[in-house]
Amino acid sequence: MTEAARPTLLDVVGIEVRYGAIRALKSVTFNVGEGEIVALLGANGAGKTTTQKTVSGMLRPTTGYVAFDGARIDGIPAHDVIRLGICHVPEGRHVFPRMTVAENLEMGAFRFRDVDKKEFERVLELFPRLRERLKQQAGTLSGGEQQMLAIGRALMGKPRLLLLDEPSMGLAPLVVAQIFEIIKEINASGVTVLLVEQNAAQALALAHRGYVLETGEIVLGGTGQELLADDRVRAAYLGEEIAAS
Amino acid sequence: MSHQVWLHQLPHIVAANAPAANHSVDWFHQLPQNIVIGLEQGSLYALVALGYTLVYGVLQLINFAHSEVFMAGAFGSYLVVDAIVGNRHLTGAAVPLTVLAGIVSGAAVGAAVAWILEKVAYKALRRNGAPKLAFLISAIGASLFLSNLAGKLFTRVQNNAFPTYFNVNHHVFSIGSADVSLIVLIIIATAVIMMVFLDRLVNKTKLGMGIRAVAEDAPTAALMGIDIDRTISRTFIVGGALAGVAGFLFGTAFGVGNIMGFTPGVKAFAAAVLGGIGNVRGAMIGGLILGQAEVLISALPFVGAEWNDVVSFAVLVLILLVRPTGILGERLWRAA
Repeated sequence: MTEAARPTLLDVVGIEVRYGAIRALKSVTFNVGEGEIVALLGANGAGKTTTQKTVSGMLRPTTGYVAFDGARIDGIPAHDVIRLGICHVPEGRHVFPRMTVAENLEMGAFRFRDVDKKEFERVLELFPRLRERLKQQAGTLSGGEQQMLAIGRALMGKPRLLLLDEPSMGLAPLVVAQIFEIIKEINASGVTVLLVEQNAAQALALAHRGYVLETGEIVLGGTGQELLADDRVRAAYLGEEIAAS
Repeated sequence: MSHQVWLHQLPHIVAANAPAANHSVDWFHQLPQNIVIGLEQGSLYALVALGYTLVYGVLQLINFAHSEVFMAGAFGSYLVVDAIVGNRHLTGAAVPLTVLAGIVSGAAVGAAVAWILEKVAYKALRRNGAPKLAFLISAIGASLFLSNLAGKLFTRVQNNAFPTYFNVNHHVFSIGSADVSLIVLIIIATAVIMMVFLDRLVNKTKLGMGIRAVAEDAPTAALMGIDIDRTISRTFIVGGALAGVAGFLFGTAFGVGNIMGFTPGVKAFAAAVLGGIGNVRGAMIGGLILGQAEVLISALPFVGAEWNDVVSFAVLVLILLVRPTGILGERLWRAA
């Protein structure tokens, strides 16, 4: 397994996660270096979302551990994990539909005493579309706008590590390209990103490194370029037909 | 027997205001006065309805023991006011201060009982992922327990009326032909202040934002750093305080008793549903509409005050036929 080129920010070591009798993760080990974008790839049900939920404290591993910045965080409830600077944009965006766009952004800063006006401005600069809709109920936004709002809301929590779960889901290709561009910008500003994606080609083009999950286990890891060149990845996730060798 | 009397206080009041002669001219004559009475009833319903709607928002649960929180607030304030007044005759500033003490103690006892209720009757079920039916049964059990506990503790207090430390029927002013008595003024003013306060709390404060976030999407609220358990607990406290104040006001006007919560509780629940369960402003509007509807409709010459309760629920059914999610109820987002 490839190691992070920089000091690791997140270490996930041998975690097993169960939903009752079902073992969603068997033994997952990977790491994310400070400042990296790391992509988790895999088919539906491979355990990508479960892995992210375990990092953000929504789920607890039955074995193994999660360490952030060198300290164990598994077992810390989700509402305290965010205080460490781990912000999770869940699958399906989950904006608060009956709150306004502005209120959603303020919710993102809930962990702070006051909303940081500068951060608020910065998010609106990143997503100008949201500025036009500040007073609008979030439930009335389009899918792409809701995704932007969900990411903007997470940024209001001033993340060191941003967990993005399927940001491209259900969005038009043009909007997906826009959102991936913004993820790159966010990363350039110093935020480490753990990205879960089904859209493997685009995710690997963006990510420094990636891991492939299959039925609850990491089966492959490498830099974005390595994985893009890997026959198995090409066959399974990029839809290319490769002659059996 | 004695509790029967005050349970049916309201029809009597309405009857007193809509006397014998049965033609529609009288209904119009009585209209201003009946609107004031409707406002008095409606603001009490609204205060209690807020508790149902707040708790429903965060737990998707009808807290059927809420009517007993109302009752507990009434008894708590009754004990405090009784202790203050004793056999003395209060004068001057002592009177409004005693009313204030009643309001504060009603709120405190209501909040405390609601807080304990959540811990005892619901929290363990929630922790273990119990089915909705278990919550319902627990709610009914808690309701019966509290009501009978109060009966055991207090029925021997023969006089269930608050001590008379001020003349509740004292005429303060008239609007046209409508007379406003001191107790009506206190009830409406207190309810309005509480509702404005709650509206600010829900929309402007961190606690309110947290309550709304948990109501809309609890797992995501946790990702924002909101402690769901603590927020639920505080929601019960806020709803309990409002019900406790309503209990004090109701008790001062109509007396207290261990099953006093039942009828106002059911009406307030109806009001919350009418306004759109889970919607805070809806509960206020629902309460006010229900209060007006039952007074105005039962004052109609061919209806009569004894139809009071029938009228409230007929109004509920009619409005739900037109708007199944209540007046301000929206499509349930979380179902999408």
